[in-house]
Amino acid sequence: MSNVSHFTNGLVKSNPTFVLVLGTCPTLAVTTAAINGIGMGAATTFVLVCSNLLIAALKNVIPDKVRIAAFILIIASFVTVVDLVMKAYTPDLYNTLGIFIPLIVVNCIILGRAEAFAQKNSVFPAILDGLGMGIGFTLAITLLASVRELIGNGSIFNVKLVSDNISTFLLFILPPGAFITYGYLIAIMNRLRARYSN
Amino acid sequence: MAKLDSSLKNMTLSLLLISLFMSAALGFVYNVTKEPITKSMKAKETNAIKDVLPSFDNDPMSSPLQINGLTFYIATKGKDTVGYAAKTYTDRGYSGRFDLMVGFLPNGSINNIVVLQQNETPGLGSNMSQDKFRSQFLKLNIGELPDKLLKVRKDGGEIDAISAATITSRAYCNALQKAYDELMKIQEESK
Amino acid sequence: MDYLNIIILALLVNNVVLAQFLGICPFLGVSGKISTSLGMGGAVVFVMALANLVTYLVYNFILVPLGIEFMQTITFILIIAFLVQVVEIILKKSVPSLYQALGIYLPLITTNCAVLGIALLAIQKNYSLVQSVVYSSATAVGFTFALILMAGIREQLELLGTPKGMKGFPLSLIIAGLLSMAFMGFSGLVK
Repeated sequence: MSNVSHFTNGLVKSNPTFVLVLGTCPTLAVTTAAINGIGMGAATTFVLVCSNLLIAALKNVIPDKVRIAAFILIIASFVTVVDLVMKAYTPDLYNTLGIFIPLIVVNCIILGRAEAFAQKNSVFPAILDGLGMGIGFTLAITLLASVRELIGNGSIFNVKLVSDNISTFLLFILPPGAFITYGYLIAIMNRLRARYSN
Repeated sequence: MAKLDSSLKNMTLSLLLISLFMSAALGFVYNVTKEPITKSMKAKETNAIKDVLPSFDNDPMSSPLQINGLTFYIATKGKDTVGYAAKTYTDRGYSGRFDLMVGFLPNGSINNIVVLQQNETPGLGSNMSQDKFRSQFLKLNIGELPDKLLKVRKDGGEIDAISAATITSRAYCNALQKAYDELMKIQEESK
Repeated sequence: MDYLNIIILALLVNNVVLAQFLGICPFLGVSGKISTSLGMGGAVVFVMALANLVTYLVYNFILVPLGIEFMQTITFILIIAFLVQVVEIILKKSVPSLYQALGIYLPLITTNCAVLGIALLAIQKNYSLVQSVVYSSATAVGFTFALILMAGIREQLELLGTPKGMKGFPLSLIIAGLLSMAFMGFSGLVK
């Protein structure tokens, strides 16, 4: 695979959210407003790129039997870095995302990429893979969050698009809306992929 | 370079080195972010205190009063007490706890309220910071209500709940009530 | 807060899967059959209660005295990973029948975000040791409950014709949405 395809792989073909359906917890939980999607995506991308980089660099000094422990250690450290930095500089976003920041540790996308890609490749492709997956994740959850915010609150990125007098479909911001919107988006993506793969 | 084999020595050494390196890196980040974190937490409270009280000329943050999980900041101008800012909370919100800063005038009426931290449902409970809901409480004195209890209309009180968010509205009243009750005790003692 | 409140909140009102979105991966992954759901649920109850017990002790008696609370994420995930390994080894040796039933689900639990999430939430909520264990057990039972409900529905769905694009994840998610809507009805249960 060329470097370009390492990057684009995560964007469309193996999109973590719509195709692999990994990392579903934050996908459903924080997507009540589009801005949260960007914040969560950025935090996850940072951890993904850093851990992919370090794991690819250290792959020869990590013995096979303890590799998962080592991966978790590395990932958890970067998550703590993100946690501290967000707490210091973006306190509001930090409060909204709440517990889902430390939970990036158990986001299956990150451990999955470490196991399936980073430990078998050299540093540069691993960074590209992390970036592609991270951006693919960010775009996907921002799309989901925008749909929910638009239908549920009549706005996108806090910009009101409908007048205050029109009542919006609040259910979409509540937990059930998360499941239902996500379900329909995957179904639409399945349909689109089936059409364009031929 | 060939991959290290999984001997006990290699495994321990490699994990140990990784944890050492990572802890050092984290310690560094922690030290760098420590100050901004306390600063940003403090800044929010200082601004909130300014927002909920009439003008004052002391530093209320310097002598906080901690009572039952609530924090009171007393503001003075010259020699007179001009108000009390109470950092209060409730556990009864739709998504659990939220924190409010409420300012009382010396006679016990509410001057202003700021939401410090909340995770209520966006578009529903989160509307608690909007003027439509908040304005009902301004100038209100809980001591003049029946039984000195703040209630939403559904429970037989005076407050119009946020539409479709009665639980949040109740919790909001609960937080204010708590602050008012403690304030009365403080005033009682200082007499 | 009394224990009954904690239990009802954790079990129904704030159901870990349907309201808090924790542990979605196993919820979608192993809810195909009722029998596997029971196995997974049993393993989660076991590990979650144990994990909360240990993380509570480690947090309050090691991290807090040392002033390194910021290390909680790392410490907790390592504890959980370690516990899962230990439980697996002990079960294999001493209770082979239970191991047969739960064994294959144990490794999956390390990356079940509900376990880490609930450990972190219990600390955030300032629960005591007993409260924390009660809370985590009730949450885990709530997880099992949601899993079994889902499995029951999905077993029936096997027999129905569904549009091709909706098969698999999309349909499961939409059903989860409907279940979640039903669970919202519990929200008035605790005042």
